[in-house]
Amino acid sequence: MSVEEIDPPSGKKTTGHEWNGIKELDTPVPRGVLMFLVVTHAFAILWWVLMPTWPLGDTYTKGLLQTDQHKMVAEQLGAAEVAKASWMSKIEKAAFPEVQADLALMAIVKRTGRQLFGDNCAACHGRDAKGGDNYPDLTDDDWIWGGGVEKIAETLRVGVNSPHAQSRTSQMPAFGRDNLLDASQVNSVASYVYSLSNPTFSTSRNIATIEAGREVFLGNCAACHGEDAKGNAEMGAPNLTDRYWIYGGNLEKLVTSIHGGRQGHMPTWDTRLNEADIKILALYVHALGLEKP
Amino acid sequence: MIAQLTLNERTSALGLLILVALTGALMAVIGGDDPFAAHGVIIILFCAVIAAFVISGFDAPEPRIDRQDSYYDDPTKVGIGLSMAWAVFGMFMGVWVAAQLAWPDLAFDGAWSSFGRIRPTHTTGVIFGFGGNALIATSFHVVQRTSRVRLAGQISPWFVLLGYNLFCLLAVTGYFMGVTQSKEYAEPEWYADLWLVVVWVTYFVVFLRTLARRREPHIYVANWYFMAFIVVVAILHIVNNLAVPISFTQSKSYTIWPGVQDAMVQWWYGHNAVAFFLTAGFLGMLYYYLPKRAERPIFSYRLSILSFWGITFFYMWAGSHHLHYTALPHWVQNLGMTFSVMLLVPSWASAGNALLTLNGAWDKVRDDATLRFMMAAVVFYGLSTFEGSFMAIRPVNSLSHYTDWTVGHVHAGALGWVALITFGSLYTLVPALWKRPQMYSPALVEAHFWLAIAGTLIYVFAMWNSGIIQGLMWRTYTEEGSLAYSFVDTLVAMYPYYIARTVGGALFLLGAIIGSYNIWMTAKRPFMPAATDDVPQALSPAHARVPAE
Repeated sequence: MSVEEIDPPSGKKTTGHEWNGIKELDTPVPRGVLMFLVVTHAFAILWWVLMPTWPLGDTYTKGLLQTDQHKMVAEQLGAAEVAKASWMSKIEKAAFPEVQADLALMAIVKRTGRQLFGDNCAACHGRDAKGGDNYPDLTDDDWIWGGGVEKIAETLRVGVNSPHAQSRTSQMPAFGRDNLLDASQVNSVASYVYSLSNPTFSTSRNIATIEAGREVFLGNCAACHGEDAKGNAEMGAPNLTDRYWIYGGNLEKLVTSIHGGRQGHMPTWDTRLNEADIKILALYVHALGLEKP
Repeated sequence: MIAQLTLNERTSALGLLILVALTGALMAVIGGDDPFAAHGVIIILFCAVIAAFVISGFDAPEPRIDRQDSYYDDPTKVGIGLSMAWAVFGMFMGVWVAAQLAWPDLAFDGAWSSFGRIRPTHTTGVIFGFGGNALIATSFHVVQRTSRVRLAGQISPWFVLLGYNLFCLLAVTGYFMGVTQSKEYAEPEWYADLWLVVVWVTYFVVFLRTLARRREPHIYVANWYFMAFIVVVAILHIVNNLAVPISFTQSKSYTIWPGVQDAMVQWWYGHNAVAFFLTAGFLGMLYYYLPKRAERPIFSYRLSILSFWGITFFYMWAGSHHLHYTALPHWVQNLGMTFSVMLLVPSWASAGNALLTLNGAWDKVRDDATLRFMMAAVVFYGLSTFEGSFMAIRPVNSLSHYTDWTVGHVHAGALGWVALITFGSLYTLVPALWKRPQMYSPALVEAHFWLAIAGTLIYVFAMWNSGIIQGLMWRTYTEEGSLAYSFVDTLVAMYPYYIARTVGGALFLLGAIIGSYNIWMTAKRPFMPAATDDVPQALSPAHARVPAE
């Protein structure tokens, strides 16, 4: 019942099949398609001959080139190590002042450090290292744990309040919540601390509160932050007299910090980064502070 | 619609709904605080809505005794509506999730609205909701027309369509609640997966029984593809979702596949979902609606055979190209790569066959936006299949993998091929189905075409640029051998492209909304007599099996 016919526009024969008005031409497969088929199959067969491809029970065809992706990646990583070795070994061996004195080496440290910082530190401290709410600015000259490059490297290595055995620990008590101070004491000490960096706040109207706060401060805060409130890098107690604040420096934020306490956290990078990378990051971060106008 | 069913069938339908609702009730009771219970409630509500519909038409007159002599198009009509509704939902979620990448605050700090949860609502919404419903609807239409016989079964086609939509609903609501297997495109948990097996096997039976009753000596190419789509999706779905629930009262399960084998099975599934859901199924659509609209014969029957068997055979091997440079053994990667390269010719043979079918009808392509939709779809199909084979080559993949290039490639296929062929097919099918001379507004079809093309091009070019920039930045070293860029540097570089993709996606969504409106208005417009009688006709007395009058 197949009725073959000629399709007028193409002049080609149909197969004689018809489905609800749809017909098919009996056009042979174009030669280009067959050639293309041969080319792709030839490529595949060539690849099979040269590369590992076909499974053979518990092994596989290794291919004439004997390539192996594990070997390849090991070679490439090895080559990358060699390429970096000339300057990397200097950084590994040299003391910090030596590296800092070598301008060419410092140029490399800054380029490499920027990438390391972006991938490891920027999530909290920001791409520009300027920190943000709850995370310290690393470009200023105010350092919680000390700003020398050695100190920075140590902070990177052990972290702050981290699981590392030698972790730096900083625990500011929750003075209000744990009833170490009553609400009026919290407010007065907040006013005092606020007045340290905002001298204009010490007006005749506030002076009594500030004075009361000073007494509270000396009794409760000075042990860590110092009698002059300039902080103590040994204990990670920040300077409270400058304009740099981690958790915000207005009265409301100060009350929040004093009421609930603060226990900042920074991971230990001891096992996640190697010695040289930690050194590079310390040098990079240290240099950021120096470059600040 | 209910009038198409006999009283007995209406009663059976209600019985079936009560059975499913009781299962839902059981889930709701034993599930406790687990999302499992919430899903039980959703199942009850779903059944209640449909039962209300059945009851409202329960007293309608019974169907004519000769209903076997007419095509059964109600499931197709409802399927088209569901498909467009899912399209608007899925594409909206896509635009939202794209916008979140540029402006993360758009997650509004909600758990349900976080990127990880709404991203699968986009993929499931568009692939399974929009694409799946369109495939079920058109396959039911095509198999009847090309077999000259009514669909097998009265309730079973409804069971397939509505059961499938229940699966999609469980999937999407599950994501919002955090229910997921964490397998891409196979996220729904074990109970939804089991339900889909029942639905899908029914689909297979309906389709096969219809084909078995055909009044045509030959099975048309479109049906080969629909059949391959149904059979292989069943195999893929079952094998990849083999899992052990932690309890029969909880939604969580663990896959039975360990380690790298899990990855391999997942991407064997994932790649063949592209092959047999997003390619074979939609090629079935193409093979019917394109020649129908162009009124031209298929260019070459022989080419159809070559591409069908090439596609079904080679695709099965190619999944491992998703795992280049991973823990998967090197030889498996190479095998996947070479089969991906060989796959190119059968894929292009399909595209070529479709384009050459348009010979003698290019004036129609120029004038008719519906046919132009299908022509553009074929071009994007050819483009993305070439791109896919190219990206499967290991050294190319080392640049493209994990970048936006992959996202661009997927959307060249999903927007350019899958969505465009669907819109072209629906604009051909809708007037025929509702017996209208044409769509409500051809001007809106034209507008939809240009919005869809502009949206696709903006999206795809943005992702190509973004992906290649990203890939190059990841592998750029300074002269001293350090990485030149941090990961976050690459995000900054991608930011403008993220905005561009959101704009492209929004244009595409706008087109889909216009299309939905146009389809709705076409269906609502008063009846006009059709030009021809669209009923199953015996080809010749020799093949006549029409019931005696």
